[in-house]
Amino acid sequence: MDFLRPASWEEALAAKAEYPTAVPIAGGTDIMVEINFDHRRPEYLLDLNRIELLREWEVGEEVTELGASVPYTQIMENLRGTLPGLALASHTVASPQIRNRGGVGGNLGCASPAGDSHPALLAAGCSVEVESVRGSRLVPIDEFYTGVKRNALAADELIKSVHIKNATGPQQYSKVGTRNAMVIAVCGFGLALHPDTRTVRTGIASAAPTPIRAKAAEEFLNAALEEGGFWENGKVITPSIAKQFAALASAACNPIDDVRGTAKYRRHAVGILARRQLVWTWEQYRGTTGRPLEGAA
Amino acid sequence: MRVNFTVNGRQQEADDVWEGESLLYVLRERLGLPGSKNACEQGECGSCTVRLDGVPVCSCLVAAGQVEGRDVVTVEGLADFAKQRAEHGHGGACAAGGGCGTKGVSTDEAKRWSARPGDSRTGEGVELSNIQQAFIDAGAVQCGFCTPGLLVQADELLERNADPSDQDIREALSGNLCRCTGYEKILDAVRLAAARQGEAL
Amino acid sequence: MANTRTTPSGTPTNVTQKHTRGGIGESTLRPDGTLKVTGEFAYSSDMWHEDMLWGQTLRSTVAHAEIVSIDVSEALAMPGVYSVLTYDDLPAEMKNYGLEIQDTPVLANGRVRHHGEPVALVAADHPETARRAAAKIKIDYRELPLVTDEASALAADAPLVHEGRDDHHAGHVPHPNIVHRQPIIRGNVEEARKRADVIVEGEYTFGMQDQAFLGPESGLAVPGEDGGVDLYVATQWLHSDLKQIAPVLGLPEEKVRMTLSGVGGAFGGREDISMQIHACLLALATNKPVKIVYNRFESFFGHVHRHPAKLHYEHGATKDGKLTHMKCRIVLDGGAYASASPAVVGNASSLSVGPYVLDDVDIEAIALYTNNPPCGAMRGFGAVQACFAYEAQMDKLAAKLGMDPVEFRQLNAMEMGTVMPTGQVVDSPAPVAELLRRVKARPLPPERQWESAGEGADVRALPGGLSNTTHGEGVVRGVGYAVGIKNVGFSEGFDDYSTARVRLEVINGEPVAMVHTAMAEVGQGGVTVHAQIARTELGVTQVTIHPADTQVGSAGSTSASRQTYMTGGAVKNTCEHVREALLEMGRRKNGSYHPAWAHAELLLEGGKVVTDGGEVLADIADILEDEAIDLELEFRHRPTVPFDLKTGQGDGHVQYTFAAHRAVVEVDTELGLVKVVELATAQDVGKALNMLSVVGQIQGGTTQGLGVAVMEEIIVDPKTAKVRNPSFTDYLIPTILDTPTIPVDVLELADPNAPYGLRGLGEAPTLSSTPAVLAAIRQATGLELNKTPIRPEALTGTL
Repeated sequence: MDFLRPASWEEALAAKAEYPTAVPIAGGTDIMVEINFDHRRPEYLLDLNRIELLREWEVGEEVTELGASVPYTQIMENLRGTLPGLALASHTVASPQIRNRGGVGGNLGCASPAGDSHPALLAAGCSVEVESVRGSRLVPIDEFYTGVKRNALAADELIKSVHIKNATGPQQYSKVGTRNAMVIAVCGFGLALHPDTRTVRTGIASAAPTPIRAKAAEEFLNAALEEGGFWENGKVITPSIAKQFAALASAACNPIDDVRGTAKYRRHAVGILARRQLVWTWEQYRGTTGRPLEGAA
Repeated sequence: MRVNFTVNGRQQEADDVWEGESLLYVLRERLGLPGSKNACEQGECGSCTVRLDGVPVCSCLVAAGQVEGRDVVTVEGLADFAKQRAEHGHGGACAAGGGCGTKGVSTDEAKRWSARPGDSRTGEGVELSNIQQAFIDAGAVQCGFCTPGLLVQADELLERNADPSDQDIREALSGNLCRCTGYEKILDAVRLAAARQGEAL
Repeated sequence: MANTRTTPSGTPTNVTQKHTRGGIGESTLRPDGTLKVTGEFAYSSDMWHEDMLWGQTLRSTVAHAEIVSIDVSEALAMPGVYSVLTYDDLPAEMKNYGLEIQDTPVLANGRVRHHGEPVALVAADHPETARRAAAKIKIDYRELPLVTDEASALAADAPLVHEGRDDHHAGHVPHPNIVHRQPIIRGNVEEARKRADVIVEGEYTFGMQDQAFLGPESGLAVPGEDGGVDLYVATQWLHSDLKQIAPVLGLPEEKVRMTLSGVGGAFGGREDISMQIHACLLALATNKPVKIVYNRFESFFGHVHRHPAKLHYEHGATKDGKLTHMKCRIVLDGGAYASASPAVVGNASSLSVGPYVLDDVDIEAIALYTNNPPCGAMRGFGAVQACFAYEAQMDKLAAKLGMDPVEFRQLNAMEMGTVMPTGQVVDSPAPVAELLRRVKARPLPPERQWESAGEGADVRALPGGLSNTTHGEGVVRGVGYAVGIKNVGFSEGFDDYSTARVRLEVINGEPVAMVHTAMAEVGQGGVTVHAQIARTELGVTQVTIHPADTQVGSAGSTSASRQTYMTGGAVKNTCEHVREALLEMGRRKNGSYHPAWAHAELLLEGGKVVTDGGEVLADIADILEDEAIDLELEFRHRPTVPFDLKTGQGDGHVQYTFAAHRAVVEVDTELGLVKVVELATAQDVGKALNMLSVVGQIQGGTTQGLGVAVMEEIIVDPKTAKVRNPSFTDYLIPTILDTPTIPVDVLELADPNAPYGLRGLGEAPTLSSTPAVLAAIRQATGLELNKTPIRPEALTGTL
């Protein structure tokens, strides 16, 4: 095993080009477990800790560019207003110590369906900026996950940052685990309201081979909100809409039975979370837009 | 490979480090600082928590090569770290000496171990940080294997939040498993340390 | 440093000046506390030696197979590898070990019987070299049919897990795949059943729990110049290890010198041998010190677990709420090797009735040999599984009778004088009804505490916690009660004793007592109370606790809630003899100066000899001068007898201990997630030698019971008998956010037979905690829930 310690982004890209099998290590919260437990012996470890730009973020007018190694703790503390869904998801990641080290780059790089940041990224809408010595490109998040623990990266590419659309409405993230802290998702669900475009987006973790969106559920809800004039009148979402949205979210899952939970439970739980989050986000939307509450009747 | 970094204020050099070694292994097996504990080696228990450039992390998940040129504080240096913080407003280098060991526990030392007269209230002449003394006084130590990680983590909590609520304490310590105490006395210890810290101000 | 004066731990107001401080009854602090908070305490994994090698164990990847061939040549050829050992390299005639039945091979002999069984050992200069070498050992397995449950164990064509058994249970078991069977018959169930107005039956399943102590198995073996070996290890019982280690090394016991290193928790999981023999074998083979440290993955294979169990119960009661009869059958899965299975069967059967008066019972408990992971000792030891089932039965009966579940239990609660199903009379306080009254009388915690934080829901106080799954939706509260009975000490005629050596001498002008035992301090605080006992008995302030080793006689196991009773009792006993010797010395030297030497009751207090009237006769230091009194004595509890193999009759237990719990839970009924809000407990401890430690033990035991109620289970694939979740990622134990406040109410009703009247206490809280949580979840959900741990699937119909 060789340990590569590039001092700059350019050096890192050069190293990755020279050693395409090199495994990037930033927070180490996935790769070190695999090394400690003898599950993996990469030929090269490519340390990204010394590269400052990966730990920086910039909040723009419409988009926040988030460095791949910005620790979850920083996201929770600094980006709660701009990226509320991702901040909530960050808060559910493992433990404080892990949140101090891990960032979205690791989640995206591993592309485990159980990663907590995926649903929030899918729901918010974002592009992943990947770069190699050949140049950089933006991969839309919907095209990023290509299979079980596989992503759209070429062998010589590294994840530089994520360009995430700033929230224009409420966002939520929840995950189900059998412990009240420090637990890997049995399943996770994220929902973002986008009042600017009058759309909603969703994300689901650990209930399909890759992180996915519940597209049929989104389309249904977009149409229902439009038809009912909900965006303007701020009325309470009817139980039948919530129920149908939940059912479609549940139907979007393609889960397996494993040691953490049954497929049946995962489908069930995603439906419950979808319904609850719709209520939470919508109530917040109504509250923040100052709509009169008589619509509740 | 060779790794140079600062531990508890002292410059350290580790040689012939295998590239897959963790910071935890280097501390325990190469630098003679076995205080950070190896309970799960997968970031699920917090027993190996150290401060890396001030930030609490699981040292089992930091590759040794990643700490080149950086600053680490372990439980062995916690009392000095806390003292420096109290005196200079920030944690920092422990003075010469401190808890910076040079090798592991020899069998002679193990044979010599004995519970000395008295209990731990006097600290047996050792200067302890507020959180360390509170853990002893509150009965938060049983087998003690989780204790070093909890101390580093709890000390950092009180550094950030001088008056944490019970839920704040629970959240901050939710990455540190304890199998002996049922946590109640650990909560007591952190409350006690916070109260004593408040009195001291 | 040895002469540092002790600062008193709080000044009690009701004692006179001369009273010795830091004696029993005070919450003195741990003598190892400072070392443990500074990181200096030497745990077994912290040991280091010049020139040390690292040992690695290669374990079977299949559960049941013939080993067709092993090829170690490639591993041996690797640079940095010093030794590779297999069964063929074992040096002695004896190649097996075991607590009671020596059925466990040191290294597999042509056959593996469970997933993760040790097959080969490697010693190398770096752990990674050792791992790589182990990976290069080629083993050709031919898989054999599996025995995984009662049906496959007892089937007509069942493979025998152990052929040609000649152990002392082999003669009475109905099938060679049954380790031990214990029936208990008393009264006449058929007749008593006729008096029952209601009958309830239940089939209960208890999952496999892991001790999950935080300090993985580890130790260091150093070869001696005499051909022997020094072993530094974390264990629960040095002398039991020694008896198993020496024969397979082909060494006399005196050439295996064991020292207890720091122990990172135990809970039963260190009663069996793990890496001890392997490290010694490698050290002797290489003539170099060898350290073995399991990682968490290996730890799950490195020790036995709590027996999973299937329990069938039938209870009857009259319409006014009196139990008529009980019939039960308990099937424990012992896995591939016996470990403590026979004793677990004894406990499960003899305590299957719970703390209730029942004169007509028909009980059967068995432990199976299977190809599942071996199971043995864990806190609660057979009584835990039974308590889960009989307490569920009590709730069912109460519900069927329309009675309050606590009142129903109180109506049937045993008390002093009750006859157990074994015929043994409970001859010391058994305040079962009172314990229940106390937990019930406690005010309930406020509802909807997640709202009290002000704006929004504080998810940390809700089911799901930080995962943000509910803001109150679907959350229903439930309250449940349970009570349990556990035995203390080793039962069934076992010669259970502890040894204590105490030395009294003058150091720097002050009398100092040194207490030397082989007791394994695993965190429970034995070292704290030993010092307290010595202070009380010898009237000295300064007490040194000698490291535990095999240079002193056995202290028995740190298990069965026995150490304060047994080794504490031994320290008390030896101190009493030291005191007598000192007084004799005093009479010899000073007797002529004062008539009180001959006539008065003399006590040792505050470093002085005083009369019971308070008159000071002499300083202890002045009597001793430069002499030392040094005694080593054994202490035994009252004898027990084995249970009759057909009727189960016999005074098999030493002492009984009781605890009750009330659990308050909040269940997200839609997602099936549980938050335990409070877990109140009451327990009789006879006499609290150190209340701080007592409460710590009770809270810790309670939390382990909570864990197995809602999350903890080793999942074994029934098709392959392989463990599916050997890690802390998938074997979950409670975090601080899963653990509620645990108010503890301690009773002190003295047991006249026990030292200071104390009652062993470490295990009882683990019994009733689990069924109390289950009862609370049942109340919240209305579901029957006959299996623990509860999974979200079971609460949401999504299994």
